[in-house]
Amino acid sequence: MKRLINQHPRRLGKILLGLIPFLLILGIYLFASNERLEINPNDKLMPAFSTMAESMYRMAFEPSKRSGEYLFWTDTSSSLKRLGLGVAISAFISLVIGIFLGIIPKIRAGVAPLVTAVSLIPPLAILPILFIIFGLGEVSKVMLIVLGITPFLIRDTQLRVMELPEEQIIKAQTLGANSWQVITRIVLPQILPKLIDALRLSLGSAWLFLIAAEAISSTSGLGYRIFLVRRYLSMDVILPYVVWIAVLAFAADYLLRRLSQSAFPWQITASGEAK
Amino acid sequence: MKTIEIKHLWKEYGDNIVLENLNLTVKAGEFVTLVGTSGCGKTTFLKLLLGIETVTRGKILLDNEPLVDEPDATRGIVFQRYSSFPHLNVVENVMLGEEFETSLLFGRSFGKKRQAIRDRAIKILKRVGLGDAIDKYPSELSGGMQQRLAIAQALIKNPSVLLLDEPFGALDPGIRADMHELILDIWKETKLTIFMITHDLKEGFHLGTRLLVFDKRRHDPDQPNRYGATITYDIPVEKTDNETLDEITDSINSNKQEATL
Repeated sequence: MKRLINQHPRRLGKILLGLIPFLLILGIYLFASNERLEINPNDKLMPAFSTMAESMYRMAFEPSKRSGEYLFWTDTSSSLKRLGLGVAISAFISLVIGIFLGIIPKIRAGVAPLVTAVSLIPPLAILPILFIIFGLGEVSKVMLIVLGITPFLIRDTQLRVMELPEEQIIKAQTLGANSWQVITRIVLPQILPKLIDALRLSLGSAWLFLIAAEAISSTSGLGYRIFLVRRYLSMDVILPYVVWIAVLAFAADYLLRRLSQSAFPWQITASGEAK
Repeated sequence: MKTIEIKHLWKEYGDNIVLENLNLTVKAGEFVTLVGTSGCGKTTFLKLLLGIETVTRGKILLDNEPLVDEPDATRGIVFQRYSSFPHLNVVENVMLGEEFETSLLFGRSFGKKRQAIRDRAIKILKRVGLGDAIDKYPSELSGGMQQRLAIAQALIKNPSVLLLDEPFGALDPGIRADMHELILDIWKETKLTIFMITHDLKEGFHLGTRLLVFDKRRHDPDQPNRYGATITYDIPVEKTDNETLDEITDSINSNKQEATL
């Protein structure tokens, strides 16, 4: 018998082992829900899967009586639009500022303290300010995401730039590069995959800020819906919505990872294996 | 072809004197090897030549002009590691130097111009023995091949001085011998001035036309940083014999012992 630290699961075994906790949770829920519904058929706290499926079918495939919209898809598309826009703006800003902070010492001296200070402000604390300045519309929700994740992304990008081996920067200069060429041909291409990694990490916070903004002021969106139906204890809507958000988050993470692998093939060989 | 003159050079970091009163004239086309114990200032000296450190006192002249105090295309460099760019394949790595020149804004070339640069890069790659690896990424190359690439990168700019910072220190002995042959051939063909740091005294003797030993002339046991290193031996290599080799080995070793005591 090999030591535990040397026993590696095979491919199939790995998948099965990964599934076990999920199945376990499902089983426990199914059991508890059945028990509760047996005592009280009107119990709302742990609805049966059939109830959830019915509610979801209604939300996704029947037009709402009030607005005629397919609520589930409207919610999904408004949330994804806000999230996508917020993350894209953050990525662009942090790429530009992060690279300049990392490679140009004078800009770093001037701007880095400000970025540090801003990153210490809890974004939710300035949500009221955003509502006052930008109104209750889309802009303030996107702005909350941007303000929430950009400081982290900027600092991460800056550190990644500073981590590039100094030898590379010197070598580029001995090949005749000016500062701008060092940025465009040496720094930028090597930083892009690292920015994608950082984006993957910050997606969680981005969702947090999105749901928070939607909960407070909105007329559609996944977060809005969850907080709306909470008033009626509609767990049959809340639970599938939460799972759906998790699925979307997972899909976004997966897509970013694939993008990073296909757009920057050199890093696969550089790190020995795909991340 | 350029002559390098160093006059009364001092390099200090605060109270720490690294190099003291260094004088040296190197004519164009010399192959200078630098040896000495670690911490003797030979790397600092190379950094001064490269322009990433500035002298505290004294002058470095390149053809009677003060040396530009930042790295530029007149001085090529090969480090022990990280000399090539991981996101570019082998031929792109070599093309880079030419592309910087043709497009100031983005450092990229297109069409016929790009093809011409590519042809020249491939020619150089064939010269250093990487003709079969032009489409590979640096991480797919062995240590020796990576150093060949780093040399090819520098050669495309036709620098007047080539600086080598322990370029073969991380390589296996067999591969190292191949690299010695390559660098000697290139030196003979291009008539470059080469400065090479090595911790291998035999390598220094084998390769150079001139061997410089960096060491401290004076020692103060209480304040080891009080005195800086300078060139203690300056030997035209052709005239050396085994006796000199032993003498230098002894002198370096005795200082090593003193330093550890």
